[in-house]
Amino acid sequence: MSAPGFDVERIRKDFPVLGRELPGGRSLVYLDSGNSSQKPAQVVEAMRDHLTWHYGNVGRALHVLGSESTEAYEGARDKIAAFVQAPSRDEIVFTKNASEALNLVAYAFGNPVGEDERFRIGPGDEIVISEMEHHSNIVPWQLLAQRTGATLRWFPVTDEGRLDVGGLEELVNERTKIVSITHQSNVLGTVNSVSPILARVREVGALMMLDASQSVPHQPVDVTELGVDFVAFTGHKMVGPSGIGVLWGRRELLDAMPPFLGGGEMIEAVWMDHSTYAPVPHKFEAGTPPIVEAIGLGAAADYLTAVGMDQIKAHEKELVAYALEALPEVPGLRIIGPHTPIARGGTISFTLEGIHPHDVGQILDDVYGIAVRVGHHCARPLHLRFGIPATTRASFYLYNTTAEIDALVRGLHHVQKVFG
Amino acid sequence: MIGESMYQELILEHYKHPQGRGLRDPYDAEVHHVNPTCGDEVTLRVKVADGGKVLDVSYDGQGCSISQAAASVLHELATGSTVEESLSVVDEFTRLMQGRGQVEPDEDVLGDAVAFAGVAKFPARVKCALLAWMAYKDALMRSQG
Repeated sequence: MSAPGFDVERIRKDFPVLGRELPGGRSLVYLDSGNSSQKPAQVVEAMRDHLTWHYGNVGRALHVLGSESTEAYEGARDKIAAFVQAPSRDEIVFTKNASEALNLVAYAFGNPVGEDERFRIGPGDEIVISEMEHHSNIVPWQLLAQRTGATLRWFPVTDEGRLDVGGLEELVNERTKIVSITHQSNVLGTVNSVSPILARVREVGALMMLDASQSVPHQPVDVTELGVDFVAFTGHKMVGPSGIGVLWGRRELLDAMPPFLGGGEMIEAVWMDHSTYAPVPHKFEAGTPPIVEAIGLGAAADYLTAVGMDQIKAHEKELVAYALEALPEVPGLRIIGPHTPIARGGTISFTLEGIHPHDVGQILDDVYGIAVRVGHHCARPLHLRFGIPATTRASFYLYNTTAEIDALVRGLHHVQKVFG
Repeated sequence: MIGESMYQELILEHYKHPQGRGLRDPYDAEVHHVNPTCGDEVTLRVKVADGGKVLDVSYDGQGCSISQAAASVLHELATGSTVEESLSVVDEFTRLMQGRGQVEPDEDVLGDAVAFAGVAKFPARVKCALLAWMAYKDALMRSQG
């Protein structure tokens, strides 16, 4: 039934925690990868090996360890560049997470240090996001609007949980400076179609950014093919460690942007009253970076590539199709988001009539060892849009099985017995 | 079945049949408290007589079974008692909730609220149990102020 060559049982063996027994003899059913994914032994080993045998500071130490660390850190940049098909390795900026990558771009706007017209913004200018964004793609733009007097606008979301682009022509106009939307919703699972929006963005001469935190881990992403200007994603959701994120940006734009954080290694020369800056990507990597985390992320990219991103996408599509059939069997269950496995990823959020998600999550965890996320998933405006305070979210990854979805459905029936 | 010990029959009973729910007039003070991590919220009113007797605790809100049942139990315990008595119950309840499951609850003081003892073992849920109780303390202070 699975994609040819894809052996989920073999993959599960790479993730020792999946075989762990929880207190009370429960086995773990991990359905919270949209929150953070588990790590394969290969990633852990790459990080352990580096810390044990090769560790030194990068870019500035001349000794053997410094060279080995620099080589491994810059090697990770090559791996990530290849993973997202970046035209140049210099277009990969390591950040601490996707939030920092989004903030880096937001702070490039309206910054007097920068001179490029495309990043000038003020009263009368507009920033466009959407109602389905994670807080990390809302708050940096709210702050930018507050700093500069620009206006924040957004695409609405339809009842089916799709982006409503009906008002595209008016919403994205000659006053728009940047459009920043999610590639895949962390709540709805919706995968947004980029090209129609991008076409309009190009027409009006604005820039476009994608929050790809939920897409890069789950489907092949080719930044050149996407054609946008900036893409942000994070390591810990793609079987890599936390503490490392990525900003991809067009070289020419990164060159034109002012630095974000000032500090060591981001400079070319420093005088007491001014400085000149290192070329990209180092211009944006002030201070000692998360060295071992970057190396771990490189190992994660290797791991995912070896399994095959197409295979992973196909496997998750199977899981989500199965879950979309199985979950509605539970009485009172309402899926928030697309009900078909088309243009949607393996994240399913739902409500159970009359039962608060916290109670759902607690029973699933305590009785069945099923880890889901409950709450607003850092997307409060989206929950307000649907008139609900919170949802329960199951999110799948390459190591999940249909048996785990069966366990979820059994667990939900039990939740209803307790609270019904 | 660790979690089910948290969902005592009494808690589920209060959740399914909340006591004193709904905002009522007259009142001396009204407060609105939220739990930003889960979106639970409660609006709570108190009416206190001149002699310090709590005439009514009325509330409305949304949230999980723990937060809603805790509001219901609070209503039962506080209404009809004195401000001073009810504050000592709030203090004992807070001590129990913040005790990480290590505190032996004083049943004489807590009454039905002792059913929440199991919640103290779940740090993520303690705030749910305390939401209405902290709102009550706040409302009393405002009504006295």
